[in-house]
Amino acid sequence: MSLAYYPGCTLKTKAKNLEDPAIASMEVLGSRLEEIPRWNCCGAVYSLADDDLIHQVAPVRNLIRVKEQGKNEVVTLCSFCLNTLKRANLLMKEDAEKRGTLNSFMDEEIDYGGEVEVVHLLEVLKDQVGWEALAQKVKLPLRGLRVAPYYGCTLLRPREVAVDDVEKPTILQELLEALGATPVDFPEFAECCGSYQIVSSPDDIPKYAWHILNSALSHGAEALVLTCPLCDYNLGQGQKELMKKHDEFDGVPLFYFTQLLALALGLGPQVCHFELNYGEPELLLREKNLLPRGEAL
Amino acid sequence: MSVKENNKNPAETTVKEKKQLAVKLIPVHIMGKRYEVPEGLTIMKAMEYAGYRFIRGCGCRGGTCGACGTVYRKPGDYKLQVALACQKTVEPDMYVAQIPFFPANRAEYKFTELTSAPEEVFRLYPELFRCVACNACTKACPQGIEVMDAISALKQGNITEAARLSFDCIQCGLCTSRCLGELAQYHMFQLARRIYGARILSRAEHLAEMVKAVEEGEYEEALEKLKGMNEEELKRAYQEREVEPVSAGEDWKPKDKRYL
Repeated sequence: MSLAYYPGCTLKTKAKNLEDPAIASMEVLGSRLEEIPRWNCCGAVYSLADDDLIHQVAPVRNLIRVKEQGKNEVVTLCSFCLNTLKRANLLMKEDAEKRGTLNSFMDEEIDYGGEVEVVHLLEVLKDQVGWEALAQKVKLPLRGLRVAPYYGCTLLRPREVAVDDVEKPTILQELLEALGATPVDFPEFAECCGSYQIVSSPDDIPKYAWHILNSALSHGAEALVLTCPLCDYNLGQGQKELMKKHDEFDGVPLFYFTQLLALALGLGPQVCHFELNYGEPELLLREKNLLPRGEAL
Repeated sequence: MSVKENNKNPAETTVKEKKQLAVKLIPVHIMGKRYEVPEGLTIMKAMEYAGYRFIRGCGCRGGTCGACGTVYRKPGDYKLQVALACQKTVEPDMYVAQIPFFPANRAEYKFTELTSAPEEVFRLYPELFRCVACNACTKACPQGIEVMDAISALKQGNITEAARLSFDCIQCGLCTSRCLGELAQYHMFQLARRIYGARILSRAEHLAEMVKAVEEGEYEEALEKLKGMNEEELKRAYQEREVEPVSAGEDWKPKDKRYL
């Protein structure tokens, strides 16, 4: 089976460790993630201004690319891309006037009226592959690995585009269980990482990061799993500074959900690119016998 | 036209005949003013016919230099059209204006210090990320380049794809003139093609070997021999040289294998 796939710019530059293991894992699971042709930036952030239609052009154009392929579903990996595309899609479905304006503006493209569904790979794993079927394909169960599922904001909010229950999501926990890992719940699972405040107020980010990381650790987690390159950056890049500030903090590995998926499916570190991760995941994985001994990352 | 008419002294041509021979004139609006110009002229020639003189800013007149970017509209069509004035022939009632130059800042860089990392482009042209995918650039390209797709490729860190897509760019600047995000697409593409050519495209190993052979004097003797010939000898040598037959197969080799 082939799934229309929207990667997003960050996955092609900074977050290869999110994309590569996803593509390889889906091959193993019998579904090919087929990159849609001629995609452009998703818009990065959904514009909340009511009269700012020009910023809906980028996401809608991507949805048109999917429709052109004769597909009615597109899979995303990055939470921000999911959020932006899905909200633009809702606008095109529900607001006839704005739909008309956007279609008229993009008169070089075919008309679009929300025919495509935007889904996250987590939803594909849950609804199309199924946790039981996934569990049966696991070659290297992540036994003894205690991982805190961190959802962040854009996977769950606003409610209309959430991939799971907004208040009590379980989809990441279910994935971890299917892979043989131990999910560790913690109250800050959906606290904001600071998001794009990293650009305007970078000094504030360590506060947010510490709040989240410290909570996960104090609830017994050895690592966090996440879906968003921006969360990864905000929770990861300041860890060295946090270690200087907090004696008891030794850093904590951050994994993309696709890396744990690929690892459990037996795809190994060549596919997972752990070398791009924050928080020295190699040490933890070796300790848990989840990396082949002596093999360099 | 009969033979008899053809043999007639041109001076005897009547006024009526002159009118019949004359090229059809069509109305065009150049910089907002109406002119009647002969059908079939290029926009550039039509402007000269109307009295414009191109001392500078007319470029190569061959469609490759990018100096005669032109915009026009036709009555009843809201679409802005683009063309190169030296390539496009006039159409009745078109409203034409030339944009021989459009200001766009080119980043300064020391090329020898650049790598093939996508971040080089991001750093030199941070305005890249102001693109909102409106696609006005693509519509403005007289070369038919998918300009927006090439910009998307740069954002995705795919310098190779940006270089490939923009290969036909003649740097006329019309994309830049239409850009909502104030990007200087054509300068970014030039940077992409430079990086691609120097840092990404694989080197031709046989070229380096050949240059080395030349430098080591492998061809000196043959060259000296040629230089010592008079005109007649040169001509004969040229005519008698061994030429690969049209029907030669892949494994054809010349009799003289000294320089293979």
